[in-house]
Amino acid sequence: MSSTHHNPLTFQELIFTLQKFWAEQGCILQQPYDVEMGAGTMSPETFLRVLGPKPYSVCYLQPSRRPADGRYGENPNRLFKHTQCQVILKPPPENVQDLYLQSLQAIGIDLRKHDLKFEEDNWESPTLGAWGIGWQVMLDGMEVTQFTYFQQCGGVDLDPISAELTFGLERLCAFLQDKESVYDIVWARDPKSGRELTYRDVRHAEELQFSVYNFEAADVEKTWEHLRLYETECKALIDGFAVTKKAGGAERYPMLAAFDLCLKCSHLFNLLDARGAISVTERVGVIARIRALAVGVAKAYAEQQAGATNEPAVAAGKS
Amino acid sequence: MADFLLEIGLEEIPARMIDGAREELARRTQELLVRENLIDGASTRAFSTPRRISVVVPGVKSSQADIREEVTGPSTKVAYKDGVPTAAAEAFAKKAGVSIDKLTKITNAKGEYLAATVEKKGRAAADVLAELLPKEIASIYWAKNMYWRAGKPERFVRPVRWIVAKLDDEVVPLEFAGIKAGAESEGHRVLHKAEVKIISPAGYAEALERAKVIVYSADRKKRIEKALDAATRTIPGARWRADDALINTVVNLTEYPSVILGSFDKQFLELPEEVLVTVMRDHQKYFAVEDAHGKLAPYFLAVLNTDGDPDGLIRHGNERVLRARFADAQFFWESDQKIPLKQRVEMLKNVTFQKDLGSYYDKAARLARLVDIGGADFDRPKHKIDRNALHEAAWLAKADLTTELVKEFTELQGIVGGLYARAQKMPAAVADAIYDQYKPASMEDQVPRTPEAAMIALADKADSIAGMFALGMQPTGSKDPFALRRAANGIVKTIVEHGLPLDLRILFREALAGYKGSAAEKKFVKLDEYEASVSAFFRERLEFYLKEVRGFAYDEVNAVLAAGTDRVTDVMARAEAVAKVRKSPDFEPISVAFKRIKNILRQANEAGKPPANEFKASLAADPAEKALEETVRQTAPRVAELRKKRDYAGALAEIAKLRPALDTFFDKVMVMVDDEKVRANRLALLSQMLNDFSTIADFSEIVTEKQEERRG
Repeated sequence: MSSTHHNPLTFQELIFTLQKFWAEQGCILQQPYDVEMGAGTMSPETFLRVLGPKPYSVCYLQPSRRPADGRYGENPNRLFKHTQCQVILKPPPENVQDLYLQSLQAIGIDLRKHDLKFEEDNWESPTLGAWGIGWQVMLDGMEVTQFTYFQQCGGVDLDPISAELTFGLERLCAFLQDKESVYDIVWARDPKSGRELTYRDVRHAEELQFSVYNFEAADVEKTWEHLRLYETECKALIDGFAVTKKAGGAERYPMLAAFDLCLKCSHLFNLLDARGAISVTERVGVIARIRALAVGVAKAYAEQQAGATNEPAVAAGKS
Repeated sequence: MADFLLEIGLEEIPARMIDGAREELARRTQELLVRENLIDGASTRAFSTPRRISVVVPGVKSSQADIREEVTGPSTKVAYKDGVPTAAAEAFAKKAGVSIDKLTKITNAKGEYLAATVEKKGRAAADVLAELLPKEIASIYWAKNMYWRAGKPERFVRPVRWIVAKLDDEVVPLEFAGIKAGAESEGHRVLHKAEVKIISPAGYAEALERAKVIVYSADRKKRIEKALDAATRTIPGARWRADDALINTVVNLTEYPSVILGSFDKQFLELPEEVLVTVMRDHQKYFAVEDAHGKLAPYFLAVLNTDGDPDGLIRHGNERVLRARFADAQFFWESDQKIPLKQRVEMLKNVTFQKDLGSYYDKAARLARLVDIGGADFDRPKHKIDRNALHEAAWLAKADLTTELVKEFTELQGIVGGLYARAQKMPAAVADAIYDQYKPASMEDQVPRTPEAAMIALADKADSIAGMFALGMQPTGSKDPFALRRAANGIVKTIVEHGLPLDLRILFREALAGYKGSAAEKKFVKLDEYEASVSAFFRERLEFYLKEVRGFAYDEVNAVLAAGTDRVTDVMARAEAVAKVRKSPDFEPISVAFKRIKNILRQANEAGKPPANEFKASLAADPAEKALEETVRQTAPRVAELRKKRDYAGALAEIAKLRPALDTFFDKVMVMVDDEKVRANRLALLSQMLNDFSTIADFSEIVTEKQEERRG
């Protein structure tokens, strides 16, 4: 069997198709957030937007960087940087599971010919003070999506809750194209010449070089220094919010910038961890520090939003 | 009479929670119907799939019977004034719902009173269910709940999406979680898209089967087992490996199950079977297949939630996933071995054991020390132990936590270490000790097979318990995040089954001493309570073990534990002796006598009348008193001797022989006499008896027949 599916989508067609599908369900399309992060959940499009009462539905890609997962481009399934397609539906429509299944059909999966199971998988990130209830969706024995009903974020209870769908695109695409290695995925096919560009062509050098950097070359002392600088500024901004709130003018306070700084810290921590630079005794402490930043930003942002009203509200999918 | 059906339709319920919730829904529904006088018999049937829990109750009355009852009102003296009804009479009539002229009079012992015959109309079953059943549904226990509706009006395991509630062909108008009950259910997510109309509760299962849902989970189980058999039959001589936990999981992950047989490359069979089976069972929920010799064969069986795989796409997909997983495992297996276990010990400095208790390197060092001390105890012919191997295994036990294989398959910790030790040509005693260190995982699991492994397992668990207790983080109520109860149960079971002469008090004193001088020590806040709380904790675990696992009667357990809990093997031997001797005719009377002794001593103590320091024959006024003292004096050394030889049954039999002398004593002698010297002397005798003869079991804890009657 050459391929599981007829005319499987290329990597970029998979992206178009998912985005188009979710846009048609009322999601706005956002661009990837341009700060390094370990998962699409950490993007402000999820982490901050799920807070507060305003409806918001969004679909975006998020390159997710996990320094410790790098394998120098040698492992067929593991990547330092993989691509998540993240969908947030706030509040989730009643037919959210059906919509999700339709999105699988849209990318060429004939559900009638496959085996689909929703297996319990609850998500929790102590670092983000966040957790949710949900499933890993299994298709023919492979996890294709993480489906989570967000319950708490940044230590704040959510009302309404949000549904979060996370598609790991490399894995999904390898399934569609029936490739044993993500590097063999067809990224794009030239419409004129039919020439194929693979994932390897596009990304292999990046995987190799960043593995070298993350595991071997990153300057440990400078990275610690960066972490300290970002943390200090982030903390100062969080502390400053309380003062500003009392004085008035909270809505122009740069909480979003504080969150960027928090993301920087989280990534630098992951980098130091991959580099083997964090001892046991330090580790717990650093995690606690980053958690304090994330929770601090989330709380302040929620308060800020409670005061503001001028944000666009985008309706969730049809129900 | 009607049949009642309730189906709660949900988004996929976690497999592990389905059975319990289904039974609870059935129980709650049935109890409600009984409580409300709506059913007589009880033949409730419960159903479940991942997307629904349901119950069918036949023979539900259409309404409750009307009840007529006479209620008594105010005294006629207050109810009438000059023959005219007062406000009290009016109020009573109103409350009873009758007109004043329908009130009657009754006379009882206290006088004449107003009375009324009240008719309580029975309510329709549908109304009762609509009002009360939602509360029962809301009370179902789920291990983890969620909110989904805005305003967070309720928590449930997953969003409720439909409800079917019917009494025969009538819809019961109940509502839960914003969903109004109707007659429409849902079929299989993919195989049957249309709604399923449920005409009658009796036809519920059939209607859903037509919609590709098998609602009775026992039927799904049978179907899966048959399909597993059929698929395996295509390979000559092969068998699928039975796995109760796995089969229950897949039963609860499917609505319309079928099975496919897949295969994998033979080259993967070079990997240890433990690794292959873990990947298949725990990660992919596949059944493993073995050949006629019981060896793993290069096949797997996957249970699908659909009706088949005509194009082979599903098999192809599953094989692809398994291949990638095995390839990963193989890569880890090979690359991990580039750094031998011995070198990995140093790497443990970077692995946290517990945030206040340091790294796994620290733990390994403590284990090595603790097994050296504990091992000395074993160094006797009966418990031959290789102390060098033991020491080495203790240092290496946790080294596999640094391997990629364990990081990927955490449930294989220990096992992987053992496999690597074997592959790296270490002595079998070392490899086996590492391999078995986490055993027993439960009360049903085997204990570590070798004495070295047993000692490592004990030391590991004792080290964790000691550290956590010293931090003041012992289990409380239902909270036991570090599974310390399970660890302690494992300690008890291992000591008993290996017959180890280990003293818990010494083990835990030494385990705590292992933390001496470490950073953890600064966090130890509960040191003064340490010994007492560890001891109390183990008393509970021993009680659990003796009663629940070994089936001893509760009073025997109490009697034995009251005489000491430090030496587990000894506790076990004493329990067996008590259970054995208990049936003898003198045993219960002796228990009664000891209870009496204990009571007398307690009361004397409360009354400020202490026993003398020792019994003096010269002060014994009554021959029965002297006779008892003589019997005690002769029996005590014999009991001590037998006890020393651990012939507990023999010792207990000796104690039982005290009975005639004791009986005569209590017949003839009054202990609490006014003469202080005589009294104190008699109390001294009793006190000495209690001391001498309660070292195996505290007889006063034995519940005798008379007491049982009173309890009944």
